[in-house]
Amino acid sequence: MIRLFRLDRASRAAPYQNDVGRPGAFPEHSPASPLSIHDLTVAYHRQPVIWDVDLEIPEGKLVGLIGPNGAGKSTLLKACLELVPVASGLVRVYGQPYSKRRELVGYVPQKESVDWDFPASTLDVVAMGGYHRLGWFRPVNKRCRAESMQALDRLGLSDLAHQQIGQLSGGQQQRAFLARALMQNAKLYLMDEPLAAVDAATETSIVELLREMKQRQKTCLIVHHDLATVTDYFDWIILLNMRVVAAGPTQEVFTQENLRKTYGGNLTILSAAADAVQNAGE
Amino acid sequence: MTRTIATLLALGLLIAGRSPSGAAELEAPLPNSDNPAEFPPAAAPGFGEALWEILTLKNYNTRLVILSTSLMGAACGLIGGFLLLRKRSLMGDTLSHATLPGICLAFMFMVALGGNGKNLSGLLLGASLTGLLGCASVLVIRQLTRLKDDAAMGIVLSVFYGLGIVLLSIIQGLPQASAAGLQSFLYGKVASIIFADFIVIALVTVASIVGCVFLYKEFRMLCFDEVFAATQGWPVHLLDIVMLTLVAAVTVVGLQAVGLILVIAFLITPAAAARFWTHHLGAMLAIGALIGSLSGWLGTVLSSLFPRLPAGAVIVLTAAFFFLISMLFGPAKGVSIRLIRHRKLKRKIAKQHLLRAAYEWLEIHDAGQKPEPADNRTIPLESLLKARSWTPRSLQRQLRSAYNHALLERYDSTGLVLSEAGFRQAARATRNHRLWELYLIENAAIAPSHVDRDADTVEHILGEALTRELVKLLPARQSASLDAVPGSPHPLKRNDD
Repeated sequence: MIRLFRLDRASRAAPYQNDVGRPGAFPEHSPASPLSIHDLTVAYHRQPVIWDVDLEIPEGKLVGLIGPNGAGKSTLLKACLELVPVASGLVRVYGQPYSKRRELVGYVPQKESVDWDFPASTLDVVAMGGYHRLGWFRPVNKRCRAESMQALDRLGLSDLAHQQIGQLSGGQQQRAFLARALMQNAKLYLMDEPLAAVDAATETSIVELLREMKQRQKTCLIVHHDLATVTDYFDWIILLNMRVVAAGPTQEVFTQENLRKTYGGNLTILSAAADAVQNAGE
Repeated sequence: MTRTIATLLALGLLIAGRSPSGAAELEAPLPNSDNPAEFPPAAAPGFGEALWEILTLKNYNTRLVILSTSLMGAACGLIGGFLLLRKRSLMGDTLSHATLPGICLAFMFMVALGGNGKNLSGLLLGASLTGLLGCASVLVIRQLTRLKDDAAMGIVLSVFYGLGIVLLSIIQGLPQASAAGLQSFLYGKVASIIFADFIVIALVTVASIVGCVFLYKEFRMLCFDEVFAATQGWPVHLLDIVMLTLVAAVTVVGLQAVGLILVIAFLITPAAAARFWTHHLGAMLAIGALIGSLSGWLGTVLSSLFPRLPAGAVIVLTAAFFFLISMLFGPAKGVSIRLIRHRKLKRKIAKQHLLRAAYEWLEIHDAGQKPEPADNRTIPLESLLKARSWTPRSLQRQLRSAYNHALLERYDSTGLVLSEAGFRQAARATRNHRLWELYLIENAAIAPSHVDRDADTVEHILGEALTRELVKLLPARQSASLDAVPGSPHPLKRNDD
């Protein structure tokens, strides 16, 4: 349905013609970059959520996507996955549109996005990561089950394979989602707050897994909330508040100045608006 | 709110649309040339014989009707499971109400073509068309406006139903007197089922079973996480349409049995009941189909024993009865299983408190020595009563239960003696408590004077694995042996002073 309301590719590429004067507005779509985003704007009901996002993510890095609530972090991930309509701009996965590169992209949605009361076991959920390899009509086979067990094993969930998913703790549910993403066997992973509301032990084991993935040249784009751990976990960060405030290697980008711009931005606008309202009243 | 208004509106239209003789016409069976036999068999001499005749399916018509309603129930229970998990129950309701204008329009169309308008397949085709049109309207309203699902469905449901009622009253004004039979679609009329209908019902049942078997994996993923399904490239909208089409097919054949107002109950109730019995999707669908077909069968039998009761309502009530039983006694999520588990935990906690109080008494009175199981000392109840907020009666009750579990050597109204097994369990309960206390003091910065209470809430559910973790975490404080009971981090009270 959404697709019907979307502009076709030719008209979406058109805005670049007017942007020749801007430096960097005409980027080559490097096929080496796992994810390159060009002048992406997304709007919900004419209200822009993210503006002119322009990024190129390097391969084999843990990339943190950081910003205040409502900054458009989840929306950016969803736009990359073609889950929300894009107003303008385009996204390339290894130089190609996402729809041609699905098998290279794994996705870990927010834990709250599903109903955990669903009648399924942990193994059932993890096996879903392999459904696209099975294809239409074929039931889950032995091989798919064995691969799912391996993924569960890597996240220390093998004991819980046959538990109903509602009986898992929050941290275990989060790890089940990660195991499902591992089943996708992708090269680029988009993760929406995999470390939100998990206990310390789960956080450690997830971070360990992420580092292991990095060693195997996987690229992870991770929405993250906890500023205290940013320098610890990520090689590269993107500071987002509707626009990209800064993006680059963590030690260069993670500065007081940039953080103030990212997190203070909303506040400044709010206080300016409040002033305006007050002035109008007088 | 919107739904309430919509329901009221629909109700008003229903009352306005009914002719004064509506009720009488509902009772009248749809005249059918190839259905001369009566259902239920009218000439049954006694109640017992009638029951026997119905249960053994002796009568051809009884057999046909019961088989049809059972099959219908199976199909409804099966598809209803997916509808429930997709959280589209209201969509089923919208669909069923939106079939009414289709039925009326099909009738008018066929009359205009010169027929008598009673061709069932024609009527059901019309029903499916407007039913699906209703669903499509919901989707379009949702897409074009910012209205939420429930509002969109409430609007579509009432408007389509209202339109149907208006058409129905127009038809009643037509010269063809037999038009009254259309009203049987409102509340269902199993007696009007003929062999051709049975074939349609059987085909739809087979189709829904085949659909659920082949698309099991796809539907499961769609219901659990549609966004993830979409990222994997599954055509989510197509799958939704296939599912809704199956729902529409089942609903339309279900119209004849329970009518368009109650068919939603026939779809959702068996599936919801099945959820209480299992955590496995396949089993849930199978149980839902079973409950659906049992309700169809039993409901039809009941309604034919008491011919004044409308079959559709009785079938739905039978399904509701199964739902109630499942809700109370279902082993996976039922109310009683949860109560039992809760009581078990409470008992376990009470037992552990008793044993720990006994162990601590031994510790104090052995003057710093580690208690030994062979001591066999009598522990006075008086000091135990002071250790916890037990009444003498509740303490006696627990002593009895502990004795029955061979945890006590003996007990009377003044004191108790732990058995060897009881002593070992007491030591373990105390160890868990102390380990957890130490963990809280070191890692959660809780003062030693307050830690007793906090530890109380968690120690009972510590498993072996977690206990081993705790021992590993606290190596400096105690000997790392799993069985060793660490000393209390806070002074123990002497309750007998």
